[in-house]
Amino acid sequence: MAETAHAASREHFGSTSRRDSWWLAPGLVAAGLLLLGGYATWAALQGTHFEFGRYLSPLYSPKIAAPWWPLSPALLILIPPLLFRSTCYYYRKAYYRAFFLDPVACAVGELNRGKYTGETGFPFVLQNLHRFAFYLAFLWLFFLWHDVWDAFWFDGRFGVGLGTLVILASTGTLTLYTFSCHSFRHLVGGKLDCFSCTAAARGRHGAWLGVSALNEHHMGFAWISLVSVCFADFYVRLLSMGVFHDVRLL
Amino acid sequence: MSERYESHDVDVLVIGAGGAGLRAAIEASAQGARVGVVCKSLLGKAHTVMAEGGVAAALAHVDPSDSWKVHFKDTMLGGKMLNNWRMAQLHAQEAPDRVRELERWGAVFDRTRDGRILQRNFGGHSSPRLAHVGDRTGLEMIRTLQDFGVHQGLEVYMECTVTKLLKQDSRVVGAFAYWRETGRFVLFRAKSVVLATGGIGKAYTITSNSWEYTGDGHALALGAGAELIDMEFVQFHPTGMVWPPGVQGLLVTEAVRGEGGLLRNATGERFMERYDPKRMELSTRDMVARAIYTEVKEGRGSPHGGAFLDISHKPPEMVKKKLPSMYHQFMEFANIDITKSPMEVGPTVHYIMGGVRVDADTGAATVPGLFAAGEASGGMHGANRLGGNSLSDLLVFGRRAGAGSAAYAAKAPGHGVVDPAQVAAAERELLEPFERASGPDPYSIHRRLQQSMHSLVGIFRTEQDLMKGIEEIVKLQAEANAVRVEGSRAFNPGWHLAHDLRNMLTISEAIARCALQRRESRGAHARLDYPNLNPELGDVNSVATLDGEAVRVSQSPLPRMPDELRALFATEPAGVQS
Amino acid sequence: MPEAVLHVYRGDASGGGLKEYRVPLEEGMVVLDAIHHIQGHQAPDLAVRWNCKAAKCGSCSAEVNGKPKLLCKTRMDALPPGQPVVVQPLKAFPIVKDLVTDVQWNYEVNKRIPPFTPKPNAEWRWKQEDVDRVQEFRKCIECFLCQDVCHVLRSHGRTDAFAGPRFLVRVAGLEMHPMDALNRTKFLKEDAGIGLCNITKCCTEVCPEDITITDNAIIPLKERVVDDHYDPVRMLVRLVTGKKKGE
Ligand SMILES: Cc1cc2nc3c(=O)[nH]c(=O)nc-3n(C[C@H](O)[C@H](O)[C@H](O)COP(=O)(O)OP(=O)(O)OC[C@H]3O[C@@H](n4cnc5c(N)ncnc54)[C@H](O)[C@@H]3O)c2cc1C
Ligand code: SF4
Ligand code: SF4
Ligand code: FES
Ligand code: FES
Repeated sequence: MAETAHAASREHFGSTSRRDSWWLAPGLVAAGLLLLGGYATWAALQGTHFEFGRYLSPLYSPKIAAPWWPLSPALLILIPPLLFRSTCYYYRKAYYRAFFLDPVACAVGELNRGKYTGETGFPFVLQNLHRFAFYLAFLWLFFLWHDVWDAFWFDGRFGVGLGTLVILASTGTLTLYTFSCHSFRHLVGGKLDCFSCTAAARGRHGAWLGVSALNEHHMGFAWISLVSVCFADFYVRLLSMGVFHDVRLL
Repeated sequence: MSERYESHDVDVLVIGAGGAGLRAAIEASAQGARVGVVCKSLLGKAHTVMAEGGVAAALAHVDPSDSWKVHFKDTMLGGKMLNNWRMAQLHAQEAPDRVRELERWGAVFDRTRDGRILQRNFGGHSSPRLAHVGDRTGLEMIRTLQDFGVHQGLEVYMECTVTKLLKQDSRVVGAFAYWRETGRFVLFRAKSVVLATGGIGKAYTITSNSWEYTGDGHALALGAGAELIDMEFVQFHPTGMVWPPGVQGLLVTEAVRGEGGLLRNATGERFMERYDPKRMELSTRDMVARAIYTEVKEGRGSPHGGAFLDISHKPPEMVKKKLPSMYHQFMEFANIDITKSPMEVGPTVHYIMGGVRVDADTGAATVPGLFAAGEASGGMHGANRLGGNSLSDLLVFGRRAGAGSAAYAAKAPGHGVVDPAQVAAAERELLEPFERASGPDPYSIHRRLQQSMHSLVGIFRTEQDLMKGIEEIVKLQAEANAVRVEGSRAFNPGWHLAHDLRNMLTISEAIARCALQRRESRGAHARLDYPNLNPELGDVNSVATLDGEAVRVSQSPLPRMPDELRALFATEPAGVQS
Repeated sequence: MPEAVLHVYRGDASGGGLKEYRVPLEEGMVVLDAIHHIQGHQAPDLAVRWNCKAAKCGSCSAEVNGKPKLLCKTRMDALPPGQPVVVQPLKAFPIVKDLVTDVQWNYEVNKRIPPFTPKPNAEWRWKQEDVDRVQEFRKCIECFLCQDVCHVLRSHGRTDAFAGPRFLVRVAGLEMHPMDALNRTKFLKEDAGIGLCNITKCCTEVCPEDITITDNAIIPLKERVVDDHYDPVRMLVRLVTGKKKGE
């Protein structure tokens, strides 16, 4: 239907009859992503001050020995989490809106640069492999929970420091983020058409309900986990630089 | 002459794309007919979409003792024995299959624990009988039929209004219509025509009906020489919203009472105790509507002139799950949370029991080539319709009219000849309002008609009021014939109304004259001057026909119920309780 | 009596503009009431679609202050007071007249969707929990507000390749139906153009029936398409075991 093109051709970037502050949400998202992404990049490039006692910054976990690698280990370690987040259905929405301005907000004019292909052309078609990033992220959780375990030990004795809680919060929210993933929701039961038809399906229905309940808050978990991971790194960094002293709670 | 217009040839032309029209079209097409469907709105927006509570069918999933006989009996008693017994019988027998068939076509009804179609209680039904989907059953039904139908190759002409049926001698051979979008005319030639145009509610001020309900099918049938029956029976649904003003009349589904909602007056009394102590809130609609009306009249009404309907004693989760649209409707339009506070409700014009007289088995009207089904047809519901019996009526008799019209078309020698003079007259009628230099505007005439109907031909009637009402209608008819329309023919609501108005006036006259003729109170027809049931009028239908421009009424005997069915009522009190 | 000021689009394919009207404000009034008041007293030929006036039929879709809305569900008192209310037709579809647009394209798309196809010899019993998902999708009233706001149609005009959120919702209702035997992933990928949706969720934001279009319909469908058309591991498994897509 060729006539519909008329609607598109009349618009230019930002044209809208909306009277609310539509630019606010994408503005905040862009600011948030730049800030946290900026911090994480900076921290990852440092290659130092990521450890304090048995506290390990989540940006540097798992600890790897790669003598052949001249740069900060975080740049290797962060590949799976980065793939996970960048192909995440929520983050896709966030950056398509805030950075690609496609669309910047609902019912607001766009930059029209050539033929729109959405997630069908390279590289965006690769978003379809998000589940593989999920598999990796799932693996990473084991390392991160191991770090939490480590954070409970001080010179061979069990204890709790403020840092323990900070690391626990980081891994905890990351776990919620991971388990509320859309791909996981699909794998766990979303792909079934009938939940009551077989005994196995009945079991998966319960799991699917659980993941669905988490999934409703996926956006929240995405932000909280990002903030708490960055904060955990920041906290360990301060301790390691001696700027701040850990508080022992137990 | 006819070549000037866009024209289409079909075997069966179905006018109306609600439940009845779509079901008829699907059946006719399954019988091999080439089917055209015309409707005034977009496909899927017909009134059926608004139906909430459910579709009545004796599936016996919840109450195993239910059967077609019980359903038949409930329907006849609800209709005060004025129903066409054969229609009521076919309806009760075939409804379960029609509902199951919908499921086979993709409808997704709420389920019982053991995985079958769930059924709920409704007024006048002696066991839980209404298959439903929350409170949006009509949407489920129309979407299922629509999606099934489009894959059957129905030709759908949407936003197209039929204004005249065309005849060759005594036989209906086509229809004249205009496209709402452009105002251009279009001719349909058909071997048979099915009227499935719905009801008449827009003739009244407070109604649950949409703009489409202007009695077009009723008026088209009259114009083609067919008979209407039982037009005095206009159902006031007891529970319409009464506040805020913009949504006055908007339906509050009977499912609220079906799920346990209680009616109270301003003093907190459950007043149904005094009107129908046995069935209380789940009494028939005519009873409950009059009870609320009386409470308000006698000064026990709610602040905005209604009664309180309360479901807040039920768990909020259950209310939201079983009555989601009611929850949202009150939240959004009236700022009321029905899980916490009561609703204010009052009677609203909802449905017309009367309509085109049809043959029960085939849906054939009294004019060859013309068929009718759904709300536009009469007889099935007698003096009062039970909730849920309309959706099942649409399916059962939609299918039968589809089959009947297809069979008629198959036997017809071919398309009839369209008379250019009839077409020219239909065209004149539509164009005249543009040509007048001055004249009243259709909106103001419409408002006056609505007020007259409401106050003079309303829920309680008297001879004096009815005479005055008829006088008023006749006066408005004259004004409507001189109406002037502004603007162009392209999507012009004023022009559309100018024509719909003529239909409303015609059927309003039929309603008022039939009401005047029936000197008793029965079902939805309540006369203050004849407050009792008159057993002698229990076996006559009122009949309306058109004589030139004027409506003529008469009476005709009700078809006699065979003895084996009559036996079902042996235990009922003589005459049947009012 | 307090008054509301409305700026209503008047015009057709050849052009037009906003026209100012004043109507008395009543308590609980919705925008459609105001439009009707204009029709009944000032502009009898003002074109608008509506049917139920109860947010049940999805006819009265338009844009109020730039946002896709049902006119019968948008309360006047929910709009910023003291400012004119701007009412315009849906932007993604060709205008017919005033507030009425040509939505025919949607009906064409619907026809292309492979219909409900029940499993042969199936026992027609299933549980409520099997259809909770499907019932959410079947709440759709075909208002096409989601189609209007979706940037793939609205800004990029890809009616040639994209079915739009409404019809992805419809397909989701069929794909997840416990009794349906078809697999529509190829249709989704090639005909419905599900890959063109970049899950930016404007459709979900406007849906008057609160259908979680993106999260509950589109993303699960995308995952099903991945199963059959993008997941290399599954492709390998299918190759080895000889299973069909969708099993
Ligand atoms: C709010 C509400 C709730 C209800 N709830 C229930 C319920 O729970 N259970 C129940 O059983 N019943 C219920 N009813 C009643 C029931 O919904 C209707 O009686 C039934 O849907 C009528 O269906 P129909 O097919 O006869 O007509 P409709 O569905 O109204 O269809 C009429 C069709 O005719 C077309 N048409 C009319 N005039 C013309 C013309 N001149 N030219 C071309 N086309 C024309 C219209 O465009 C439309 O497509 C309810 C009614 C309302 C208003
Ligand atoms: S989520 Fe997809 S379908 Fe919905 S509006 Fe955005 S691009 Fe369109
Ligand atoms: S999915 Fe929602 S917004 Fe889209 S057409 Fe259906 S009801 Fe309207
Ligand atoms: S992590 Fe966001 S969807 Fe998978
Ligand atoms: S008129 Fe039906 S949705 Fe607004």
